[in-house]
Amino acid sequence: MNSDRSDHSDRSDRSDRSDRSDRSDGSPVVLDKVSVRYGALQALRDVSVAFPAGVVGLLGPNGAGKSTLIKALLGLLRPDSGVLRVLGHDVSADPLSVRAAVGYMPESDTHIPGMNAVSFVAYCGELCGLPHTDAMQRAHEVLFYVGLGEARYRNVETYSTGMKQRIKLAQALVHDPDLLLLDEPTNGMDPRGRDEMLALIRDVADRRKERTSGRPPISVILSSHVLPDVELACEYVVVLDKGAVATDGPIAALKGDSTRVFELRVKGDEARFIAALRETGIESHDESGEVLRVFVPVDRPVQLLFKVAAQQGVQVRHFRPSVPSLEDVFARALGD
Amino acid sequence: MPRGRAWQVIARAGIVARFRERRFLALMLVAWLLFLVRAVQLYVGTTIARASFLAPSEETFHSFLNQQRLFVFFITIYAGAGLIANDRQANALQLYLSKPITRRDYIAGKLATLAAFLFFVTWVPAMLLLALQVLFSGSLEFVSAHPRLVPAITMTALLQIGLASMTMLALSSLSRSRRFAAMLYALVAIFAGAVGRVLETTTGHAGWVLLSPQNTLAILTDALFGLPADSDVPVAIAVFAIAALLGLCAIVLERRVRAVDVVA
Repeated sequence: MNSDRSDHSDRSDRSDRSDRSDRSDGSPVVLDKVSVRYGALQALRDVSVAFPAGVVGLLGPNGAGKSTLIKALLGLLRPDSGVLRVLGHDVSADPLSVRAAVGYMPESDTHIPGMNAVSFVAYCGELCGLPHTDAMQRAHEVLFYVGLGEARYRNVETYSTGMKQRIKLAQALVHDPDLLLLDEPTNGMDPRGRDEMLALIRDVADRRKERTSGRPPISVILSSHVLPDVELACEYVVVLDKGAVATDGPIAALKGDSTRVFELRVKGDEARFIAALRETGIESHDESGEVLRVFVPVDRPVQLLFKVAAQQGVQVRHFRPSVPSLEDVFARALGD
Repeated sequence: MPRGRAWQVIARAGIVARFRERRFLALMLVAWLLFLVRAVQLYVGTTIARASFLAPSEETFHSFLNQQRLFVFFITIYAGAGLIANDRQANALQLYLSKPITRRDYIAGKLATLAAFLFFVTWVPAMLLLALQVLFSGSLEFVSAHPRLVPAITMTALLQIGLASMTMLALSSLSRSRRFAAMLYALVAIFAGAVGRVLETTTGHAGWVLLSPQNTLAILTDALFGLPADSDVPVAIAVFAIAALLGLCAIVLERRVRAVDVVA
């Protein structure tokens, strides 16, 4: 999706970006004790985390601070304290350099009124500093890339929800950024559209890995509350809860091999059973109101479950081994 | 693109989009009709001795710019009401401000869009009329006899453009509806003037004229052209009132043009 021409015209910008991408610790995004407050509401509290290169999921329930964090990374919100560094830049000191190297896909439905898709994406490219001709050429390329090639002369206001999500991705990609910030990119999409969007996101990251021009591979931060999306697209995850980092790490490591997971359905006082399990060092959470997911450390015998059930007078009606999921990580991080 | 030039991109896009509308083009053409009438007046007044009563004076240019206020009003409403309101409705502000541009770039771009159209129907025709006068008379005598004319035309046009653009832009930023913004502007431009005049007449206090930005501006333009003032309000007070209004507009824009609306 990158033409020689646009590569050529952007060469000076690229070398500048390479300097900017001097990531001393290899993390494109680093937060150090960042706090953001809206009046009396503390949206982020002393958040210290490093987002590694690659596709990173930013997880959290509604109101956890995900969108606030993304807006702070763009310099749209000024933190009350702490330091944010994006691609080597201090966001507070140089927000424009950050925005020049970052592509942002907002959560809400957004467009420039009265424009067709090509004009809209090209306009966004020009706002990012591309010359008019290059911006127009890149707009065509990017629109084909996200699957809107046939609809590129239609007014954006007439697009379906899925198409609007795609064009938001296109405008974020038009200036060939080094970091993509995607806020709920699959919102409102049907399952097929969601799969295609996630495949696109993976492809964006993979294509840039293949580049040998000396530019760093593109990094993606995908903010979502849809766990399967994050599990499908990301290698690493940061979980926010109530404005603080609940946990972070590679998804595979967080799922871990230190516990075995079982699904249980019990009859009796479930709350007492859960409390008794916890006392023996076994975590569990009620996923659907019926099925308990129980995490048994490898150093504990599985029979302990039945022993505790017997002690609490609870009947085990269903017992099935399962595999750890991101949902388990999320639930445990949030203490559900 | 060098930093700080994004406003040009925004202004160019705004101007191009507007010129694609036939209704707007028609409005711009109609706004030049008065210029044609004045051009004929200049020709007749300059070349026909018996029609010397039509010969131009400073008053000619002053009244031309005054008459153009009607078109300034319509163009401001047509091209200005949706400048920020439409962006707010489409959630475009966060999109703009997530690019490497500042809020100042954004506001300057939107201001320049409207100002360019207003410039085209105030300063440009007024200066063209002056050029025609020189052409018809074949000498620079008129211009040299009225040294304050060019600065007066320029200042009057700039004040009209600045006041209309800033007021409209500030009102546009207050709403997500261009119609509501247009109504607010009409309220300020027409209703405030009428109320000011009524209060001035009933109370006998000249200060009520300041209620209307348009009437306040008229005090300044009278002074710029060296014409007797229509009001008893001192020019310094009128200058202060206009400056205060522009400052208020700047404050409104500063508060309303943000990528993130914080409701605390």
